[in-house]
Amino acid sequence: MRRGTVHALVGENGAGKSTLMKILYGMQRPDEGTIALDGTPVELHSPADAISRGVGMVHQHFMLADNFTVLENVVLGAEKSHGIGGRARARIKEISDAYGLGIRPDVMVEDLGVADRQRVEILKVLYRGARTLILDEPTAVLVPQEVDALFANLRDLKAEGLTVLFISHKLGEVLSVADDITVIRRGTTVASVIPSETDPRRLAELMVGSELPSPETRESTVTDTEMLRLNGVRLTATDVDGVERAVLDDIGFTIHKGEVLGIAGVEGNGQAELVEAIMGMRDPDEGTVTLDGADISHAPTRKRRVDGIGYIPEDRHRHGLLLEAPLWENRVLGHVTEAPNSKGGLLNPAAARRDTERIVAAYDVRTPGIEVTAASLSGGNQQKLIVGREMSHHPKLLIAAHPTRGVDVGAQAQIWDQIRTARREGLAVLLISADLDELIGLSDTLRVMYRGRLVADADPATITPEELGSAMTGAASGHLETPVAETAGGEDR
Amino acid sequence: MKKFDKERVLLAVAAPALALVAAFLLTALVLAATGKAPFNAFGIMFDYGVKADSQVYILNKATTYYLAGLAVAIGFRMNLFNIGVDGQYRLAAFFAAVVGGALQLPGLVQIPLIILVAMLVGAMWASIAGLLKVYRGVSEVISTIMLNSLSSILISYLLVDGRLADLDKQTNIVSTDPLPSSSHFFTIPAGGDLDPVFGFIVVAVLAGVGFWFLLGRTRFGFDLRAVGRSESAAQASGVDVKRMVLTSMLLSGAMAGLIGMPTLLNDTHQFTSDFPAGIGFTGIAIALLGRNNPVGIALAAVLWGFLERGANRLEFEGYDKEIVGVMQGVIVLCVVIAYELVRRYGLKRQQQRVGAELAAQARKTDPEKEVAV
Repeated sequence: MRRGTVHALVGENGAGKSTLMKILYGMQRPDEGTIALDGTPVELHSPADAISRGVGMVHQHFMLADNFTVLENVVLGAEKSHGIGGRARARIKEISDAYGLGIRPDVMVEDLGVADRQRVEILKVLYRGARTLILDEPTAVLVPQEVDALFANLRDLKAEGLTVLFISHKLGEVLSVADDITVIRRGTTVASVIPSETDPRRLAELMVGSELPSPETRESTVTDTEMLRLNGVRLTATDVDGVERAVLDDIGFTIHKGEVLGIAGVEGNGQAELVEAIMGMRDPDEGTVTLDGADISHAPTRKRRVDGIGYIPEDRHRHGLLLEAPLWENRVLGHVTEAPNSKGGLLNPAAARRDTERIVAAYDVRTPGIEVTAASLSGGNQQKLIVGREMSHHPKLLIAAHPTRGVDVGAQAQIWDQIRTARREGLAVLLISADLDELIGLSDTLRVMYRGRLVADADPATITPEELGSAMTGAASGHLETPVAETAGGEDR
Repeated sequence: MKKFDKERVLLAVAAPALALVAAFLLTALVLAATGKAPFNAFGIMFDYGVKADSQVYILNKATTYYLAGLAVAIGFRMNLFNIGVDGQYRLAAFFAAVVGGALQLPGLVQIPLIILVAMLVGAMWASIAGLLKVYRGVSEVISTIMLNSLSSILISYLLVDGRLADLDKQTNIVSTDPLPSSSHFFTIPAGGDLDPVFGFIVVAVLAGVGFWFLLGRTRFGFDLRAVGRSESAAQASGVDVKRMVLTSMLLSGAMAGLIGMPTLLNDTHQFTSDFPAGIGFTGIAIALLGRNNPVGIALAAVLWGFLERGANRLEFEGYDKEIVGVMQGVIVLCVVIAYELVRRYGLKRQQQRVGAELAAQARKTDPEKEVAV
């Protein structure tokens, strides 16, 4: 990496990006090889070691204390450098102004949006004297406008002589912000390129050795048969301060057989709660949920699953897998009452094992066998197993929350294909995703969720990610129309 | 696949073996520190432990311990720490003894009745902790510890001359009415002038088989294990976690109810103030040592019986009998540490193997892709 540049590290899931980062940040030790900083070989034994040498990391999941102010969060653990009072505040101001971060030191972190929190994280690292910044998938949680702002910040940073290592899945972004790109695959560097000499397709090919997949799905398979209908669903929750607020407010929509309904929104605006209300993991305070004509508003989760709801959870580790259980037990999870997993009250391990073998083969789950634990598979392969499991029970309705998050390009194409195929056969899909291209490409209908409400709808055939992004921040509502009318009429859905 | 399995078995055995070796070494150090020859003590324990009468003693002890281990293991399998097995079995045995002493039914009816009473009382006592956890979020660890004290107080209140017990004027011992001889459980003669083996060992074996079948072969067992591995994933899979907490607490308590039965039905035939106490805690150690596995728990129970038998002998030979207590404590500590070490090692190793095998597969299948780059 050259000083004063943004260097991007790209690679499919399981290629070794995270491991490399852990090594650079001192969380893991390499078996062989050397790391040189400013020409001198260094050995990083711990994150503290890395920080003292000017290497700082901004994690994908923010490490901030919500009930502290920005100032308190920044000085936490670094009290020695500038104290915790006026001097620290002055320093924060100074850094913030120098790099155009626009930080207000006395705001509570819980009142900040995702983009602001990310800037606090960046400031935290700079405050500790970092000259080299590692950003782990920083754009995953941002809407397009916020991404642009972040990139502006990164350009300011490098103008001041700082070096940024930028890790991302999104090749378009990488090309727009990076000065150099390193592609790794299966733990080795496969290519070093500069953006002006490549394009997303070529980069993707380098990453996986295959073509860049596209989520495009244009021919409509939407039917008139209602599969899922939500009416006036309201859910309140008590937040950390003991204040009761509505996390879902007057949610209503209908998904027909063969229709994919996409929900766009910045994370934390009620999408997770919506999924949990439909799955029966949370009981709505008001409103009805109707599946295929039957009222399931308060039915237990198991009944909903047996009735034909397939579920690809947002957090596969928390909701989709038993990490320490073998693959075949994970195949049973969620479908323990259904064939071939059990008969009467008894498990049928032999049949479940056979069916797991089938899923592993049919969905290309890369594993040496079905007795290994789920934890030993890479994220993409875990996801393929989950998709295979849910599809194997021929659901009427599939709830897919971020179905391709953290999944490499190859697996992504496969999962999109499977959703498309099932949709053609009459599957109704509720798609929730932070990947706007995925949403626009797969959905037949789009809704935007903001602060627990469905505030806008859009036609995926005409909408652009930018327009969607502005609705996600609450700037636009109602029916989103492209100012330039591309096709005349007939698109009202 | 074969290779993989062999390694898994090896890892499974490695943890307890490692723990036992470490425990013996540490105990040897303790013995040496007290100025005694350590290996001589082990020799004495072993020689004495393999004698015929010792074996009967060990089997009878192990029957009780096995049931205690199973009762605790049901909770452990779903991450519930039922520390209250101790109170549950004592209260269960007490009421079972009261009911048994009050009735004069044929054995075929009365024995199952006594056992049923014990299981019901154990389950009910455990359900208090379960209900508190489900509806009030009270940690089962805290509530069961307090329920242990409560059950002791309850027993000492009721085990008084004129309440539910009588005072034997000659021996000055308070006890419940003795069970009629028709309610004595059958015994298995061990030959010669040896004490017989408790017939209840048969029930214990059946309980072990039932435990294995319920957890490993039924839908209910799968749900229970799923909750133990990941509560959130189990809930998303459709398990009613609250109900599962309550059910497994009831099961654990019912199993705890059986713990006092070998002693009551095969040995003392009445509940006295010196009815064995503290077996619930022994059960925790045994469940840990046996990895919550029915066969493992059986081996652990036998080992525990063996150690206690040896302790009696060591006293005769001029050793401090507390040394066995030290040994048991050290074993439990070593076991907990060894399991965690082996578990982490196993997981890491498996990940490495998966990685290595996949890399090998990939190299075989797509050389042309490499060329394409």
